[in-house]
Amino acid sequence: MKKVSVQCRNIRLAYGSTEVLKNVNLDIQPGEFFALLGPSGSGKSTLLRLIAGFNKHQHGELLVDGRDIGQQEPWDRNIGMVFQSYALWPHLSVWDNVAFGLVERKVDKVTLHTKVAAALELVGLSAFGERKPNQLSGGQQQRVALARTIVIEPQVLLLDEPLSNLDKTLRVQMRQELLSLQRRLGITTIFVTHDQEEAMTTADRMAVLDQGVVQQVGSPVELYDEPVNAFVANFVGTMNMLDAKVISQHADHLVLDVMGVGQVTLPLASEVAVDSKKFANGQSVQLSFRPHAVKLDVNTSTSDQSAIRIQGTVEASEFMGESTRYRVRVGQQSLSVDQAHYAGLPKLAVGTPLNLSLPPSQVRLLAV
Amino acid sequence: MAMNGQVAMQPQGTARPQTGWADVRPGVWLAGGLVLVFLLLFFVLPVARVFITAFLDGDNSFTLGHFSAFFSQDLMRESFMNSLYVAVMSAIFAALIAVPLAYFTVRFDFRGALLIQTLGVLPLIMPPFVGAVALQLIFGRSGTLNLLLNDAFGFTLPIMEGLNGVIFVEAIHYFPFILMNLTVALRNIDGAMEEAAMNLGCKGWRLFWRVIFPLGLPGFVAGASLVFVKVFDDLGTPLVMGQTNMLAPQAYLRITQVGLEDPMGYVISVLMIVFSIGAMVISARTLKGRDFSTLQKGGASIQRRQLSPVESALAYLWIGVILLITLSPHLGVLLLSFAKVWSFSPLPDAYTLEHYATVFQDASGMIQNTLIYCGLAAGLDVLLGVTIAYLILRTQLPARQWLDWIATASLAVPGIVLAIGFLRMFKGVTVPGTDVLLTGTWVAIMLAYAVRRLPYALRSCMAALQQVHISLEEAAESVGANKMRSIRRVLVPLMTGGILAGFVTSFITAAVELSATIMLVSADSQAPMSYGIYLYMQSVAGRGPGAALGVLAILVVAIGTYLSHRVVERAASRLAPRKEHSS
Repeated sequence: MKKVSVQCRNIRLAYGSTEVLKNVNLDIQPGEFFALLGPSGSGKSTLLRLIAGFNKHQHGELLVDGRDIGQQEPWDRNIGMVFQSYALWPHLSVWDNVAFGLVERKVDKVTLHTKVAAALELVGLSAFGERKPNQLSGGQQQRVALARTIVIEPQVLLLDEPLSNLDKTLRVQMRQELLSLQRRLGITTIFVTHDQEEAMTTADRMAVLDQGVVQQVGSPVELYDEPVNAFVANFVGTMNMLDAKVISQHADHLVLDVMGVGQVTLPLASEVAVDSKKFANGQSVQLSFRPHAVKLDVNTSTSDQSAIRIQGTVEASEFMGESTRYRVRVGQQSLSVDQAHYAGLPKLAVGTPLNLSLPPSQVRLLAV
Repeated sequence: MAMNGQVAMQPQGTARPQTGWADVRPGVWLAGGLVLVFLLLFFVLPVARVFITAFLDGDNSFTLGHFSAFFSQDLMRESFMNSLYVAVMSAIFAALIAVPLAYFTVRFDFRGALLIQTLGVLPLIMPPFVGAVALQLIFGRSGTLNLLLNDAFGFTLPIMEGLNGVIFVEAIHYFPFILMNLTVALRNIDGAMEEAAMNLGCKGWRLFWRVIFPLGLPGFVAGASLVFVKVFDDLGTPLVMGQTNMLAPQAYLRITQVGLEDPMGYVISVLMIVFSIGAMVISARTLKGRDFSTLQKGGASIQRRQLSPVESALAYLWIGVILLITLSPHLGVLLLSFAKVWSFSPLPDAYTLEHYATVFQDASGMIQNTLIYCGLAAGLDVLLGVTIAYLILRTQLPARQWLDWIATASLAVPGIVLAIGFLRMFKGVTVPGTDVLLTGTWVAIMLAYAVRRLPYALRSCMAALQQVHISLEEAAESVGANKMRSIRRVLVPLMTGGILAGFVTSFITAAVELSATIMLVSADSQAPMSYGIYLYMQSVAGRGPGAALGVLAILVVAIGTYLSHRVVERAASRLAPRKEHSS
């Protein structure tokens, strides 16, 4: 199967005066498993349906394999889509559901039979061809929907919130099955989700959307470690943000005034250095870091001299199993701090004073 | 799976843990018992009596002789075939009118859709037998249309001739059943069903035939089988149109002219019930496991398309023609009620108000009778409806589903059959304390109405109760209200909308009921409006007052329909769950 690329060039779409997609640019590589991540109303589903042909953009180009398909009708595109509700036709058996697209393509009987059987085999439902969709479990329905789509050998596979209708354990299992299937077929796959865990665990790369704007595109690790703005930082995992001001910039370090903490020297050896050049003296920034990046000490402060020291008190705690998340009050702000848990580790009482230390390498400065 | 939308829509009433019989309270047994006694006494036993009589010989031994006698008579065989033919053809013509209209409303985005929705219920507000006479004047041999056609082109259309007329009248009266059922079915198709097909390369007519039509089919079958049953059982229309060679009129004529002992009436009754039940079973079989209403929470219906100006004009033109035809009985009756002379002319030659004066003078008792009978019957229906709904959804009373099934089964029993059953079963029974015959009083008419319309009220009450989450009652009980108190203070107030809607539906449909009425009215002073219209329409001189009374009946029904719509809408908006925040 030929692997194709999908490219969005300055795509804009509005319903009346409501802009749903604002100048979207994406380059999805051939054979890539690509996630569109965003909250509801971010335009991610609209973008997916646009690629399928159910929404038409008013501006820009949609290139599949380098050809603009923006004017093609949905039935001419050969882009397979698995719907969130699965949209299995209840009047047709599982077999007929899967065969539907091949009938439209006027495939001869023998080929049709072979292909449908192969597709059902692929999703492990060979024995269920005679059943009606409503006699299947949610996970099985999901597989039928998948088989129905891949049997037509689409150029691109679109998945709209593919796992949202499944319960938790099934979701994890289906996630792995989807991924291994995609790897086996090598088909360029784009899937929409609001669940960052789902996106991060499966996608090669992902795009985070908010209010019709692509906020950032990158691998899950890139987005997690180097979010470009507060939205991405908070949507992909949890991020602490401390308000700060740039006081001065030097060849190898940066001096900040962090609210509730005081003056902080940030060595420019870290990743921060590249970005920090953009900041002007006196500019408001946010010092951001993940909850588990912080070391938490009750009595002594850490011996690591380069670490940023922060003092606070325990305000609340949530036991999460692998770790305990403390809400720590620092001046006017609250931080989330994770402490890895092991048997016998006592929970810190509310009001306990804490010394927090934060390695500068784990810090990211974000413009406000 | 638990997260699947289709499964999540189960009625809430079944959520209670299953408990044994021992947990059923005495009050529940009592309520269930009373309902059962009512249903047995006024529905099951009379109908059973009709059945048994059809199979009994003169010396009370089992026989099939009456049936072979039935089929050996040419007249009976002809009546049987005629009824079948008329019912099938009416369903086909009704479908021809309704299917395009239904597809229009869900597929296209234009204002005419609203018009269709309105016109969709209008025919139902007038019993077909009322319109029949007026249609004769418009579409008959020397009616408006044919006079104009003859003048202009020199030919006429035999629309109202013989069985054609019955088919025509029934089709334009009953097509809304198909329209409404099919529209709902099409509306409930998840837009993704269509998009999935488009995604796999399907479009245009193929899309319609492979996806849209099969998904709407259950709604169509439900509507069409209802039309078949209604037409097959209809007595008033063929009678008014003089087409007595059909089953229902034959049963009526045999019983009224030959007498209550004539077996043919019973044989016909059995045949009518068997065909009604047969049609319903076929429809239920077709629908089994095919709850295709695939629209999920938050999902969108199938895509609507804008019409181009030309398409739009054509659509309006076509809807206009349909509208004109379906409203012609109403227009005709209205004209007739004001017409001084109307024969052999396209429109009445002179107008007058005297028919209304006549009606108010002679028939005010009839209007009063209608209000009393139908009011009492509808009241009884909601009482029974609420009780049955509660027993089914909220208690563990053994075999409680049977109450629902029995009550609903009355849909399959033609009014004339129930009336024959009443006459047979209560023959010689007097009202306690007097020597007045029960079947000679209006109570029998009222009870027949109540039994016949119970299914409508029951559906409303069930729906209303299903919308009240059980936790609302449990909350009342947890703060100290006992069962009866929580029913009175929480359940009934929350069900008010549904109860009222049920009342109104029962009331208005009872107001136009003729087939049971015609059998049970034993004195003119007892006659309700429907019977009055029928009587007037028998003679040419009575047509004017009959039409005037018909207009009044339409007004009563129209007002009732409007009120029930309002009430249901208000209740629905009040009880609609708050919009939840989606993920």
